[in-house]
Amino acid sequence: MHYGAVEALRGVSLEVPDGQVVALIGANGAGKTTTLRAISRMLRPSGGSVRFRGEGLGRLASHEVVARGLAHAPEGRGIFLNLTVRENLELGAYLRRDRDGIAADLARSFDLFPILRDRQGQVGGTLSGGEQQMLSVARALMSRPRLLLLDEPSLGLAPQVVERIFQVLAEVARGGVSLLLVEQNAHKALQIAHRAYVLETGQVVMQGTGRELLASPEVRKAYLGE
Amino acid sequence: MRAPGLALRSLLPFLLGLPALLALQGSLSDFWASVLITAGVNVILAVSLNVVNGFTGQFSIGHAGFMAVGAYTAAKITLAAAGWAPAGLPPRLADGAVFLLALLAGMVTAALAGLLVGMPSLRLRGDYLAIVTLGFNEIIRVIIENTAFLGRATGLSGLPRRTTFAWAWMGVIATVVMARRLLGSTHGRALLAIREDEVAAEAMGVDTTGYKVKAFVVSSAFAGLAGGLLVHLIQLCTPRTFTFVKSIEVVVMVVLGGLGSVTGSAVAAFGLTLALEGLREVQEYRMVAYSLLLIVLMLTRPTGLFGTREAWDWLPRLPWRRRPEEGA
Repeated sequence: MHYGAVEALRGVSLEVPDGQVVALIGANGAGKTTTLRAISRMLRPSGGSVRFRGEGLGRLASHEVVARGLAHAPEGRGIFLNLTVRENLELGAYLRRDRDGIAADLARSFDLFPILRDRQGQVGGTLSGGEQQMLSVARALMSRPRLLLLDEPSLGLAPQVVERIFQVLAEVARGGVSLLLVEQNAHKALQIAHRAYVLETGQVVMQGTGRELLASPEVRKAYLGE
Repeated sequence: MRAPGLALRSLLPFLLGLPALLALQGSLSDFWASVLITAGVNVILAVSLNVVNGFTGQFSIGHAGFMAVGAYTAAKITLAAAGWAPAGLPPRLADGAVFLLALLAGMVTAALAGLLVGMPSLRLRGDYLAIVTLGFNEIIRVIIENTAFLGRATGLSGLPRRTTFAWAWMGVIATVVMARRLLGSTHGRALLAIREDEVAAEAMGVDTTGYKVKAFVVSSAFAGLAGGLLVHLIQLCTPRTFTFVKSIEVVVMVVLGGLGSVTGSAVAAFGLTLALEGLREVQEYRMVAYSLLLIVLMLTRPTGLFGTREAWDWLPRLPWRRRPEEGA
């Protein structure tokens, strides 16, 4: 993966088994977001391949990837600031045509994040940062993905909100959706992750189960501030 | 129930509109008829440009170019069919049929031009479309001025006068129905999503380039309709009618009415046309007054007259009007 002449990722290889939570941690500029974008085809990698449920995604545009069950909740939330919460969620189900299923999933979003039910008529821009992040996650789930890519869901949020979001993510994963989670908050991410990769300057430098990495002295020193 | 109801709701404006327009037409003086036709043409232009600039959030400033494509196509067809009188068909009906065909052909060629311009330029984000459409507008003008078949700089004259008040305003109804139906559809949602945040729309599975091109093609087609109607009012088709200045005029109407508001751009186009007529009295200060009007409006209402809302959003909620949440 290159940005112009700059090589951003080199030989990164990772795997998300069905129904598991995989975390990707690392410092700023390590290439975490780039990895996600390459997977969801928002960027064209200069080499390598992405396989999803037996199909190569190499030739697809990013909107076609969504149709195959891969949702991306982008960094900085990317919600529609001038549309209402409800419209945002409905757009998440943009590719679906099953009215009843969409209504059921809408109700489920409100159950996962009750605050969104109270805010459903409000436009996205009037929500707090935490509410926007909840909306972003709920919206990504509205496409009923098999794999959800999450880019820094805890960025800039109060600890309590982070707690709530991670609870929901763990719940979603138990429901059979695989998660690929990019996080700076390594502690939280490793707690819910089945598997994790540590990225440094565009390369995977360490990998293991969430628990292993949480216990590893290198990780504790570099990312957990001990 | 849904499908026939939808078809009826789309057809109803035409069925009700035609007799009303024909009845009104009889009572109009020549002056008012031509003022109102001009206003109607401008409403078609503004509402159709709003599909690209307002709904989709792109910025096209070459609407007059597509108008020209439609106008020359329609003009060529009515000129070729002049004097064509099939036996057994009343001449007025034959003329009407030819005119309808000419207008539709103009829409098709304008749509094709839209596809040609839109395909490469709408892949890009940002201001590129403005530059490309501006260039296209000039290219069309230069091509016409150098093509003998299209009458070069003097244009095509001697066109039959076919655009009546009813023709023009049926065109307006068609444009408004198209815009409203589009906005309420899944496609409309996709366009709004693109306007709000293109990356997020893409992440939702919206084929952003595809939708931008579609919106652009539809918009160009209706610009072509407006062109066809206009030249059959003034009975003259010259490149001077379709310069960059005309494009800007349409952009002004859309911005003034409110980007994203169908009724807003319709009201602004109608109002500005009448204002320009009214200002004929003060000939030399006409443009000064026009500019002042725009400056004052932009200072007092920077989002345009209507913002993204529609005229009926201010009406009290009537019992038979469904709330949009329930409707969608």
